[in-house]
Amino acid sequence: MTTTEAGLRSLVLPDRVHGSLYTDDEIYARELERIWYTTWVYVGHASEIPEPNDYVRKTIGPQQVVMTRDKSGAIHVLHNRCSHRGNLVCDADRGNAGSFRCPYHGWTFANTGDLLGFPFNQGYGGSRARAELPGLGAAPRVESYRGFVFASLASEGPTLHEHLGAAAERLDRLCRLSPEGEVELTAGWIRHEVTANWKMLVENETDGYHPQFVHSSIFSISGSGIGALYSDRSTAVTRALGGGHTENDLSPEFRKLGVPMGWAGTPEAKIPEYVAAMRSAYGTRTGDEIMINGSPHVMIFPNLFVAEIQLFQIQPLAVDRTVQHVTAIQFKGAPDLNRRLVTQCVGSVGPAGMLLADDAEMYERNQRGVAQRQPEWLDLTRGLHRERVDEDGYTIGTATDETSMRAMWRHYLELMETEPAGARPSEES
Amino acid sequence: MTSVDVGIDLREAEQFLYREARLADVFALEEWEALWTDDAVYHVPVDPDADPRTHMSIVFDNRGRIATRIKQLQTGRRHSQRPPSRLCRSVTNVEVVGVEGDDTVVTSVVQILESRDRGRTWWVGRATHRLRRVDGELRMAAKTVVLVDSDRSLPTMSFLI
Repeated sequence: MTTTEAGLRSLVLPDRVHGSLYTDDEIYARELERIWYTTWVYVGHASEIPEPNDYVRKTIGPQQVVMTRDKSGAIHVLHNRCSHRGNLVCDADRGNAGSFRCPYHGWTFANTGDLLGFPFNQGYGGSRARAELPGLGAAPRVESYRGFVFASLASEGPTLHEHLGAAAERLDRLCRLSPEGEVELTAGWIRHEVTANWKMLVENETDGYHPQFVHSSIFSISGSGIGALYSDRSTAVTRALGGGHTENDLSPEFRKLGVPMGWAGTPEAKIPEYVAAMRSAYGTRTGDEIMINGSPHVMIFPNLFVAEIQLFQIQPLAVDRTVQHVTAIQFKGAPDLNRRLVTQCVGSVGPAGMLLADDAEMYERNQRGVAQRQPEWLDLTRGLHRERVDEDGYTIGTATDETSMRAMWRHYLELMETEPAGARPSEES
Repeated sequence: MTSVDVGIDLREAEQFLYREARLADVFALEEWEALWTDDAVYHVPVDPDADPRTHMSIVFDNRGRIATRIKQLQTGRRHSQRPPSRLCRSVTNVEVVGVEGDDTVVTSVVQILESRDRGRTWWVGRATHRLRRVDGELRMAAKTVVLVDSDRSLPTMSFLI
């Protein structure tokens, strides 16, 4: 390996990173082992499999997994690979089934991953062989927080609670926007593929410097106030939440607006049922406060991005190929708001989205750019001189500072330098 | 129930689709926009069986949003179309399948080669147009394009499909 610890340390510096971090296959292979197959990765949401025996196909980086709910209600994350000859056992995108039968030789697995049976069992000395033969590979650790299901393919490591840290409160903030305190991901997914390294996306998600330039075409004609949130005069801050998680905290600007749902650009009169439900659930004062403060804009490392009204799941497929799965966030008990969110989200995201198509163009231009030889480095110094620590102890910068990128890279280096303990998927349960 | 009832026959429908295709290919934005009726719906679904009001679509534009999409392209700062995609599309398998109220429903197959700096993309789908005669001119009241791979990973598609 050319990407030794010393090598990486010389590529990720506090104020700049080397272009090869986006293009080198060996570095990418190490990222899969030490980040994607070790740390907690967002897999899916409990609302996607609400009933016993529901399942949905999901991904952990390039790995295909099936997220299942067994008949007792417990959630499992299973590798989509028959333990006999390695065939894919599940081909439907979603469904309801207590078991999966491999089409190749008929081995059958419960939705917990356990091997249930195999045809012509005398070939294995009878049905009792079931106890010795392996079931489906399963993520050794699966935990959820407020319905957000995460998995770690390492059997040991920090707990999900430790991993999320302050980011958990951002999910709380999101869920509070539902009068029932829950979000649902029921609007289906757009899958938008870009020819770019996954970290281009992660960095961009909380880069407050780009919107005025990348999105000026739509801001200038739609009268959107989003551009102003990311200007030199904005009171919004960029915050490093620890653990590589970062946010653009726009709530100071939303509070300046001081209008319930002002953050969403939706006048109260357009969603009377939602506003009434919020006030009745939380009381007028707290309800209004929640609706004024708005939704978070948080990047939960390495792959969950909540951008106010939409949720992105980032999936690397190769060093220069990444898919963003995106859906409109739906708030439980808010049908009138939810319809508006779908409409708004569909206009913004995906291959034809009036915002995201242009972000995607930047990722791809960047990927082609970093393949050029000079000047080798990407600069991360913006706002370094004015970075400070807020009252809660988090490092913050202004709305347009690169505080978030520097924090992401610090955490990245830490993970990449750590030999994973117990990183192998459990052999047999 | 034949197309003769509203006076839109296969030949006229084909000529409309060819013209629409050419205007989209060459980014004749104003002329393309003028083809729509006031109540227009432009739809590229992910799942053609899902309700677009409650489910994600790749494009789901009413007339106002079509205008916004055109204006965005006209700013010259729509980066994903800077420079514009080089496009050539063919429209085939045209069928006049029915009449609904004032509208004639026409289905077709569209194949588009898009060339950009990132490379070539081949887009293929089935289109359904609802055509209506307004003040003697043919207009489209709705256009839906169901891409063959609409629910799979798609690259950026910011031209007019």
